[in-house]
Amino acid sequence: MLRASVYVTLRPGILDPQGETIRASLQRLGHAEVEAVRVGKYLELDLRTEDRNAAEQSVTRMCDALLANPVIEDYAIEIMDGESTCSLE
Amino acid sequence: MQFGVVRFYGSNCDWDCAHVIGRVAGAPVRFVRHDEDDLADIDCVVLPGGFSYGDYLRAGAMAAHTPVMEAVRTFASAGRPVLGICNGFQVLCEAGLLPGALMVNGGLRFVCHPTHVRVEDNETPFTMPMEPGSVLALPVAHHQGNYQPPPGRFDARVVLRYCDPTGSISAEANPNGSWDNVAGIANLRGNVLGLMPHPERAAESILGSRDGLGLFESVRSWWEGGTAYV
Repeated sequence: MLRASVYVTLRPGILDPQGETIRASLQRLGHAEVEAVRVGKYLELDLRTEDRNAAEQSVTRMCDALLANPVIEDYAIEIMDGESTCSLE
Repeated sequence: MQFGVVRFYGSNCDWDCAHVIGRVAGAPVRFVRHDEDDLADIDCVVLPGGFSYGDYLRAGAMAAHTPVMEAVRTFASAGRPVLGICNGFQVLCEAGLLPGALMVNGGLRFVCHPTHVRVEDNETPFTMPMEPGSVLALPVAHHQGNYQPPPGRFDARVVLRYCDPTGSISAEANPNGSWDNVAGIANLRGNVLGLMPHPERAAESILGSRDGLGLFESVRSWWEGGTAYV
């Protein structure tokens, strides 16, 4: 079993009004050092395979097809050994 | 001609569209399921507003990968007319039938109020009788209507832009931060139109505006008159 972690983030230059609002809130809470906040998504995929290269290629295809929107988002993938925490078999 | 109104799980303007097409415009219409793959009896596809699949992942992302959207892709590539309203516009962008993306509104709020839009292009089956520069009163109701073009070249037509009641384009008239006040775009061929405002909610005078009816009537006259623009 492998675990893929997928990080989906807004591309540089894309305005992120949520991040901007969170930055303002953090500053109001006294965290004056916060320069910028970008909001993204984190997905965990449990994969029934031991082949890391194949897993990385297939998760890349998943990102291109569905998990990220290439017009506005970038993504990063990490593959690691993982015990499934999923209760459905 | 027959209109087909597509229903995904979570579509919620399907009846409004069918009402306006069937009872107000008086044209044949039927609902099309998300898992249908045969559109042979349909002459114009309407993707209605709503929250298909709960807006999971991104608005329109799940609906874009349903069987019916494969059929809509083939339908559109044959030059037949497709109208995406609100969530339907989001689905068209996610499916790659229109370029760009609809992001969370610039002000972060759900916007639900009347707007005015200016007709920039009447060489589409949906805007034929409208003079360029004319103003339509159509309401918006969305949280993710902030249109952003793809990086690089913009290979599409801007058909509708948010404006004030006199037709001037301004930041104040833009409800969601859309690039260039874009309210609706079409593909280069003109047969696929997506817009955030709801023409089906402005098709009867009791609702304050009948300007939206023109889009449905236009596509019907286009169909009856042949293929002037596609």
